[in-house]
Amino acid sequence: MYKYDDFDQKLVDERVIQFRDQTQRYLDGKLADTEYLPLRLQNGIYIQKHAPMLRVAIPYGMLNSIQMRKLAHIARTYDKNYAHFTTRQNVQFNWPELKDTPDILAELATVQMHAIQTSGNCIRNTTTDQFAGIAGDEVTDPRPWCEIVRQWSTFHPEFAFLPRKFKIAISGTTEDRAAIRFHDVGLQLVKNEQGEIGFDVYVGGGLGRTPLIGELVKQNLAPQHLLTYLEAILRVYNQFGRRDNKYKARIKILVKALGVEAFAERVAAEWQYLVDSPSTLTDKVINKAASFFLDPAYEANPSEGDFAQQRADNKAFSRFVTNNTTAHKQAGYVAVTLSLKKTGVPPGDVTDAQMDLIADLADQYSFGELRISHHQNVILADVKKSELYALWQALEANGLATPNIGKLTDMICCPGGDFCGLANAKSIPVAAAIQERFDDLDYLYDLGEIELNFSGCMNACGHHHIGNIGLLGVDRKGEEFYQLSLGGRAGRDEANVGKILGPSLKQELIPDAIEKVIKVYVENRLDGELFVDTYHRIGQEKFKERVYA
Amino acid sequence: MPNIILNGQIVDDNWQLVSLDGELPAGGKVLLPYPLWLSGEVDISAFEAIGVWLPNDTVLDEQAKALDALPVIAVDFPVFSDGRGYTLARQLRERFNFKAELRAIGDVLQDQLFFMHRCGFNSFAVRADRSIEEALAAMKPFSVSYQAALDQPQPLFAQRWA
Repeated sequence: MYKYDDFDQKLVDERVIQFRDQTQRYLDGKLADTEYLPLRLQNGIYIQKHAPMLRVAIPYGMLNSIQMRKLAHIARTYDKNYAHFTTRQNVQFNWPELKDTPDILAELATVQMHAIQTSGNCIRNTTTDQFAGIAGDEVTDPRPWCEIVRQWSTFHPEFAFLPRKFKIAISGTTEDRAAIRFHDVGLQLVKNEQGEIGFDVYVGGGLGRTPLIGELVKQNLAPQHLLTYLEAILRVYNQFGRRDNKYKARIKILVKALGVEAFAERVAAEWQYLVDSPSTLTDKVINKAASFFLDPAYEANPSEGDFAQQRADNKAFSRFVTNNTTAHKQAGYVAVTLSLKKTGVPPGDVTDAQMDLIADLADQYSFGELRISHHQNVILADVKKSELYALWQALEANGLATPNIGKLTDMICCPGGDFCGLANAKSIPVAAAIQERFDDLDYLYDLGEIELNFSGCMNACGHHHIGNIGLLGVDRKGEEFYQLSLGGRAGRDEANVGKILGPSLKQELIPDAIEKVIKVYVENRLDGELFVDTYHRIGQEKFKERVYA
Repeated sequence: MPNIILNGQIVDDNWQLVSLDGELPAGGKVLLPYPLWLSGEVDISAFEAIGVWLPNDTVLDEQAKALDALPVIAVDFPVFSDGRGYTLARQLRERFNFKAELRAIGDVLQDQLFFMHRCGFNSFAVRADRSIEEALAAMKPFSVSYQAALDQPQPLFAQRWA
């Protein structure tokens, strides 16, 4: 993974000094609330219900064991012994004291971490496929490009005060696992007939109040032009994006208002002044970026040891292998997904002890590296099959081996009304009630892959619009209700926003409603058909009749 | 007399800012609103010197080429969190090749000066209720920048990875 040199280190060290000064001036009353607000937000600090929340950046979800131990240390020292992984592959602490945040940032800087631009109206953490670099269907590894974008976007002087936040995702595979068409900019790596790589550039996707699917603005952009082209897009947005209404300020509204052709023309008009400027990438620079993401020292064709026998002998282990491992380009290896979706534990939450354990396991079994997925799980990307059983035992003993990846109970979920100041409704207890309802593993497996995404409010941190089943917390006259939508999905070519099923429901009715939806699926599915495909084939009506009968 | 930061120094400033609907002063050095200046309705011979200030929703087109002759252009930040002025500054410097004084006016606060300077501003009318000395001292919180900009023509990668 990427390693800082003196330049990168100096930048985060100087950031700590700067933020310490800003926070001190705020605490001394020399900076007004309104002036400190964007400064702290651009350092990931929200003022929440109980305490400030600190969101720490995990660039494109890559983390090493040293960094994970530091996160555990921060959870133990400054928080209540746990942390929460987010849908932007970042990590949040829910209980730090504002006055401690400069010290926390100083601790993070010692392990090449920071909280820069994890919030605020600026370019946020670039996200990608959690299986980048190991997936068999990859055009090319997206991570060097993520790092190039990370550097370019960090303290970009022109784009620190955009109309609204700005999120970029990059996918290097044909199957899009990064939901690129639901980002302000989605970059799809493609290869042309000559074998040269390029980017299909999608702009104007997003969730929130107005879910929209990103549109293709530039096809097969030559890679050396990536930064200047992004700069042109951002410049058009900075200049013409709406600033009068924060709910209409995302770039998707601008793209929609102008129409994608007119938007693309404006970008092209701006780009002509930027193309071939010094920000143009050279092969040497691209190769240097790629050099940080070379394969680890895999063993060639390692023995699988007793793997087959262990699997045959142990049903629980076998379930784990089926559900929590992903095929690897390297023979004898798999990627292992640790489930942070154990019933009764808020989705995405880990304790300090679990984080320390995960760090140790990464050192022992996966070259000391970890990844966070936008599904809020942790991945050990390079595990030998022969060591899988031992790894599973350690995970199982510590509540990290729930065999539910990709299944209904592996839900994406925001922290909701228990923590978040924006939320209309709680999410965690409802998520737990659903998990309890579907606790029969054989039934769960029979249902196959179903994405259930849950947001506590319209801001859609839980990506409810693109859940096959989406749940949204709404406020009805001071009471917490939940709106159910069906049929959403990510994916480059099949991206779809879920459709609201009907009137919102009370909390206690939600597990029943989901069970009814599932039954309609089971009754109507064709052999091997996924939930979302059945829904799109038979339409909404049958589901609606059953839920509101 | 009010003062500003100009090229890293605190200096007196005697430019008079004319607001969009404001009265013209009798003489002296004036910063005219860009639309008024474009209209050609002002008798510029009445003044010792003429500069222009740009509202931040200005779109620079062919007409902006004439700005090149001015001794000072100011860009307004009605509120510091509205970042359109950064783009205007870069366009003036990079596209229109403006070389003279480029001044940030309005809600100009110390925590934004670094970004402003990188985008080509060399002059800062720090908000009157804030210490201009403290602002000057805090102008350069970072000694490293990743991107190419006006203060650093090459991106960092050209320096360390080329």
